[in-house]
Amino acid sequence: MDPIISFKDFSFQYRQQKSPTLKNITLNVYPGEKILITGPSGCGKSTIVHCINGLIPSSFEGTITGDLTVDGVKPKDEGVFGMSKKVGTVLQDTDGQFIGLTVAEDLAFALENDAVEQDEMKERVDKVADIVDMKHFLHHSPSELSGGQKQRVSMGGVLVDDVKILLFDEPLANLDPATGKKTIELIDRICHDEHVTVIIVEHRLEDVLWRDVDRIVVMEDGQIKADEDPDHLLCTDVLQKTGVREPLYVTAIKHAGAVIDPGDKPQHIETMNIAPYREKVRSWFESTKPKVRENSNENALEVKNLTFSYDGVEDVLSNVSFAVKRGEMLSIVGKNGAGKSTLSGLICGFNKPTSGQILLDGKDISPLTIKQRGEKIGLVMQSPNQMISKPMISEEVGLGLAVRGVEPDKIKEAVNDTLKICGLYPMRNWPVSALSFGQKKRVCIASILAMKPKILILDEPTAGQDFRHYTEIMEFLKKLNREMGLTILMITHDMHLMLEYTDRALVLCEGHLLADDTPARILTNDELSEKACLKKTSLYDLAMKCGIDSPSEFVDRFIAFENERKEA
Amino acid sequence: MAATRMLSYVEKDTFVHHLSGLTKLIFFLAWCITSAMTYDTRILLVMIAVSLVLFVISKTQWKQIAGVFKFILLMMIINVIAIFLLSPYQGCEIYHSKTVLAPFFAGHDITAEELFYLFNVVIKYFTVAPSIFIFLVTTNPSEFASSMNLIGVPYTVSYAISIALRYIPDVQDDYHRIKNAQEARGIEMNAANAKLSERIRRTSAIIFPLLFSTMEEIDVVSNAMELRGFGKKKKRTWYARKKLTKADYISIAATLAFMVFALWFTYRDGSRFYNPFA
Repeated sequence: MDPIISFKDFSFQYRQQKSPTLKNITLNVYPGEKILITGPSGCGKSTIVHCINGLIPSSFEGTITGDLTVDGVKPKDEGVFGMSKKVGTVLQDTDGQFIGLTVAEDLAFALENDAVEQDEMKERVDKVADIVDMKHFLHHSPSELSGGQKQRVSMGGVLVDDVKILLFDEPLANLDPATGKKTIELIDRICHDEHVTVIIVEHRLEDVLWRDVDRIVVMEDGQIKADEDPDHLLCTDVLQKTGVREPLYVTAIKHAGAVIDPGDKPQHIETMNIAPYREKVRSWFESTKPKVRENSNENALEVKNLTFSYDGVEDVLSNVSFAVKRGEMLSIVGKNGAGKSTLSGLICGFNKPTSGQILLDGKDISPLTIKQRGEKIGLVMQSPNQMISKPMISEEVGLGLAVRGVEPDKIKEAVNDTLKICGLYPMRNWPVSALSFGQKKRVCIASILAMKPKILILDEPTAGQDFRHYTEIMEFLKKLNREMGLTILMITHDMHLMLEYTDRALVLCEGHLLADDTPARILTNDELSEKACLKKTSLYDLAMKCGIDSPSEFVDRFIAFENERKEA
Repeated sequence: MAATRMLSYVEKDTFVHHLSGLTKLIFFLAWCITSAMTYDTRILLVMIAVSLVLFVISKTQWKQIAGVFKFILLMMIINVIAIFLLSPYQGCEIYHSKTVLAPFFAGHDITAEELFYLFNVVIKYFTVAPSIFIFLVTTNPSEFASSMNLIGVPYTVSYAISIALRYIPDVQDDYHRIKNAQEARGIEMNAANAKLSERIRRTSAIIFPLLFSTMEEIDVVSNAMELRGFGKKKKRTWYARKKLTKADYISIAATLAFMVFALWFTYRDGSRFYNPFA
């Protein structure tokens, strides 16, 4: 069989860059295959996608050497329009690619552009809506849909063209874990039922492996480091070396000192043959120390019977109560629309609660304005672009103090101190535009820290970050927490973050506080995970399969072990 | 959080909503052209009456248009005052008579003719404004694009306009989110004590992030559109286009007939003004 996509000694260099982003790539993909391309940010995995769909070189200019053939044609000759008949691309941003005003119109978009007659168009839209399970939502507007539904519409919007190849650019980035699982199931079904070739670009490897993939291509620095089937790949150390997180159960087995054999099918924990590793895992479990981190501080923040409604009819939050101790690191989890952002908005004073109380250091903060609360509770938004308004780093970090009328000398001192803590001091005179995404994120955190708040609230601190940047940001926050005693609340979809870095998690579901417990206990609770759209950790399955009675203890010890290794 | 947004399409089950966007666009254009060309008070009053009736039939709510209406009112007042100050005897010239009602100050006597002329200017605003409102709040934005395309506007332009309209709510949400976060940092917009220059400076703390995040979004949207073949062909079809019904044909015919009649009625004596002073 001839490959449907074939890179031969292919290199690409963006016009504004000094060195090539793809270096001598040789890769064949065969019809009907399902391939996962993974690697750290900047490794060139998204660039590969743009080469296949023709955005390179028509929208992103640069120099191509070598050869690329997609379904018998060359993308650089066909351009984006020529390729759009063969290749469908589902982008990461579920909102940005929803172009139509309703589901039906969005599904029809490609057909409209092809000047298909209205009757035929309606027929094809109905058919594709059926494939992606959106038949009952045809006349819904994007604001009435969840992230997962929007993504299904995006898939339908490219499938409507009878494409042969589907490209997914980080399909899991904006979804809660349970929805991500469903997405992977749908991709798998489409790949089989519609006979399309699927390429998924994603660094959340374990989540993609929820369903079989044929091969995993690991990239680093513009080159292919490995191109193997998952069972073999997981037995090597390629992933660790390139900074891609391997499935947690694989890491745990490796920590236990076992060498995994591809024959035991480590691709899925559910079907993996655990028998050869059981004893090693069990004795490792018994030999590790449990995690102890007592916190007997006073409450920094207390929320009592908080209820909120936008329209006075439907409660977005109802009767939520919890307390956060000083120096705690806490996560707030739950699916989109569960009330997480509403909660942080109420704490910061953007909205007034319908009833209930919020206490800061034991004092009711209802009389305080947004600005006054901002001096004690700092909020860091998800995208740095939503916060940064000054061209220079030191100006941005000093902004909060400047508007409070602090003297220039004192501002400078505070800014320099903060920049040192954040590791940005050497760059203090740089323009913000010269920074990477992760560095910009740090500037945002620094600009809040400069005001010396007691509590920091972060909205999705690591969204869209690869493992390396994730670790960098989280270790930084951990340092702030440990060294400055800062209380940190994080709104997140990331189960790893919650397990690894927080002492406690609040689970919100449809405005109710469903649980307030340690992450390990929450993520080993089947019923709870399902209800709140969380994803049970694979460590739970491993523990169960190894006959360990306390899976949450196993998870705790695993995390403690990992942390110790990180610190060593 | 289904708050009613200013001047945006709201789905309702009324006669006006069921009409095709093309019909409403033709009505809107006919109304604008007619009211721009005629100063015949009787015609204008009939047009106001028709607009108001449609307003009621389409169940348009006051809060949907209140803000913009107030703005138009302000423009109208400025316009009327400016006309009076700059050409206080415009009415006398038009109606060839001068009936001084009250002396005001030198060269600015208040005349019945000028008042009547200004009255005409005012009612012209009132004929056009409701037709714009009705068009905007009863026409599905994607149908809006297809209607503009039907009367000859290139589809790339009409689609761009409709997509801009569609993203207004998103930008509004972004604005609120950014404003809140900046306010928490201490950059207050509504501070009563802040000087104007200070306020303008602070506004930049919202505008720049808003601009950057919007530009980021535009980039994604335009790539997504291109990937799905937008702009590939000279022509394009529309999923949301409504087929013209009998009601549409009748409405279009009635609108055009009225326009022809109105213009004939206005110009039949060679002047576009109705002169009650003659």
